[in-house]
Amino acid sequence: MYRYDEYDQQIVDERVEQYRDQVRRRLSGELTEEEFLPLRLQNGLYMQIHGYMLRIAVPYGFISSRQMRMFAHIARRYDRGYGHFTTRQNIQFNWLKLEDTPDILTELASVEMHAIQTSGNCVRNITSDEYAGVARDEVVDPRPYAEILRQWSTFHPEFAYLPRKFKIAISGGKEDRAAIYAHDIGLAVTKNAQGEVGFRVLVGGGLGRTPVIGSEICEFVPWQHILTYVESILRIYNQYGRRDNKYKARIKILVKALGIDEFRRQVEADWADIKDGPGTLTVEEVKRVASFFTDPAYETLTDHDPALNEFKADSRSFSNWMLRNVKPHRVPGYAIVVLSLKKPGTVPGDATAEQMEAIADLADRYSFGESRITHQQNLVLADVRQKDLIRLWQEATAYELTAPNIGLLTDIISCPGAEFCTLANARSIPLAKLIAERFESLDFQHDIGEITLNISGCVNACGQHHIGNIGITGVEKKDHDEWYQVSLGGAEGNNSSIGKIIGPSFTFNQVPEVIDRLLQVYLRERMEAERFIDTVRRIGHGPFKEYVYATDLAVEEEEVTGKHVVAPAEYSVPYYSPRF
Amino acid sequence: MIIKNKAIVADDWVVLRLSEQESADNVTIPAGKVIVPLQVWLQQRDVLQQRDDIGVWLASAERPEDLKDDVHKFSVIAVDFPKFSDGRGYSIAYNLRARLGYTGELRAIGDVLRDQLFYMQRVGFDAFAPRPDRSIEDALKGLSDFSEVYQASFDQKLPLFRRVQHKVNSTADMT
Repeated sequence: MYRYDEYDQQIVDERVEQYRDQVRRRLSGELTEEEFLPLRLQNGLYMQIHGYMLRIAVPYGFISSRQMRMFAHIARRYDRGYGHFTTRQNIQFNWLKLEDTPDILTELASVEMHAIQTSGNCVRNITSDEYAGVARDEVVDPRPYAEILRQWSTFHPEFAYLPRKFKIAISGGKEDRAAIYAHDIGLAVTKNAQGEVGFRVLVGGGLGRTPVIGSEICEFVPWQHILTYVESILRIYNQYGRRDNKYKARIKILVKALGIDEFRRQVEADWADIKDGPGTLTVEEVKRVASFFTDPAYETLTDHDPALNEFKADSRSFSNWMLRNVKPHRVPGYAIVVLSLKKPGTVPGDATAEQMEAIADLADRYSFGESRITHQQNLVLADVRQKDLIRLWQEATAYELTAPNIGLLTDIISCPGAEFCTLANARSIPLAKLIAERFESLDFQHDIGEITLNISGCVNACGQHHIGNIGITGVEKKDHDEWYQVSLGGAEGNNSSIGKIIGPSFTFNQVPEVIDRLLQVYLRERMEAERFIDTVRRIGHGPFKEYVYATDLAVEEEEVTGKHVVAPAEYSVPYYSPRF
Repeated sequence: MIIKNKAIVADDWVVLRLSEQESADNVTIPAGKVIVPLQVWLQQRDVLQQRDDIGVWLASAERPEDLKDDVHKFSVIAVDFPKFSDGRGYSIAYNLRARLGYTGELRAIGDVLRDQLFYMQRVGFDAFAPRPDRSIEDALKGLSDFSEVYQASFDQKLPLFRRVQHKVNSTADMT
């Protein structure tokens, strides 16, 4: 993986000092909260309901064991012993003290990590394919370009105060695993007919209040020109994106207002001036960065270890895990292992300090000391020898990391929701838990097969509910403070689509029943081996809607007065939650 | 006092902001060194260009191309930041410098605070009028937050990868 050189380290170290001084000025009252807000956000520090939350960047989701152990250390020393992995391949700590955050960043800098631009109206952490470099369908390895874009966007002086946040995703496989259609800029690194590397560039995708699938702005930008092309997109957006209404400030609104053709014309007029200028990438630079992403020392092995098949026959749990959590690797004798952070009963995406250390140890022993965070909030060990799978499974099981549910109903994507977040209308995590417990039966999950279920506590869509086959969103209503909309038909990948709301919203306890009814319609209507999403696409929303609303859904409701109640943080300085 | 060329210096320019009763075409421009709104310049150009003590300032929604044929007439152009978080001024500055070739003083005015100054100098500002309720000495420190940068902008025409000989990963197989 990429390692800092003296320049990278110096920039991060100077950032820590700059931030340390900003915190000092805030604590002394020199900066008002209003002035401090954009500064702390550009460093990923949020003021949540109960305390400060720090979002730390994991560039394109790649993390070394040393870095993972640092997360465990931060969880223990500064937080409550756990962290939350996010849909942007980052990690969040929920219970920090403002005055500790500069020291946390110093500790992070010692392992080449930071929290730069993990929030704020700037270019955020660049996300990518969690199987980059090992996927069988890979056309071009996206990691060197993700790192080059990370460096380019870090402290870009012109684009630090954009109209709104800006998210870039990059994938290099035939199948898109980075949800590039749902990003402000989506990049597919590919090859043209002559075998030259370049990028298919999508723009104006995004979720949130107004979900939009990105439009193609250019079919092929040669690799040399990708930085200048992205620069021109950002310059047009910075100048003309709306700033009068934060809900209409994302680039997708500008692209819609201008139309993709006019937007392209403006971008290319700007680009004409800087194309071939000094921002043009060089062969040397791409080679230099690519040199950090070469193959690890793979052994010469063959597929199909007989011991595996034997063990599979003996252990149903293991064979289920092999079926769902182990993916084909491009090198014979190796496998990609997905460690599930979705064991029913646990919080989706949460990992304890002990689990983080276990993951680091497993990565050291079985996967060249590296792991990856997925945008579905799981973890990946990308380079495991097939002959190690049994031992790995046994060891990981001891840390509850082997729920055999990847891509199944209980592999739920969930934002933190109203217990933590000041934006959320409703709780997400307890709902995810309730659903996972209701559908815990593995036989049932395997019968249902591939399905995605995504939960967001509000329209901001951190849980990416629009691209879940079933999407659940917390909404505001006057009479009752916790309601959920259910949408159907969303999908990510090459065939991305935005889900459509099925009808009036539901209470917390009604949602699992609603899901059950949706699944019953699927079981009734599906044709042989048809996935849930394919049935939805074939028969449309009608039959689902009809059945869900056909009879009363009345279920006993719990008191929702406790919606924000988790044990509060204790602060030596007064903490005023922005919510209360 | 303003910050200019990384030093705190006296300043004798006056920034003219129109009151609600005044309009760009008939406001009277006082004698002396005045930085007028872009609209005033465009409306009263014939008269104002007789003077050599006129500067112009742009609001964040205005276009630098409106000064296309005039940039060489000014020794000072200012860009207003109505709010700290309004980043349009950075692209205005970049366009004035890189596209329109403006070489005179480029001044940031309005909600200008210490933590923006590093970025501002990168896109071409060389003068800063920090908000008067803040220490100008303190603001000056903002110019030296970082000693290295990755990307090209106006101050640094070459990105880091064209300026330095980076180490290549020595453990990697380059074949």
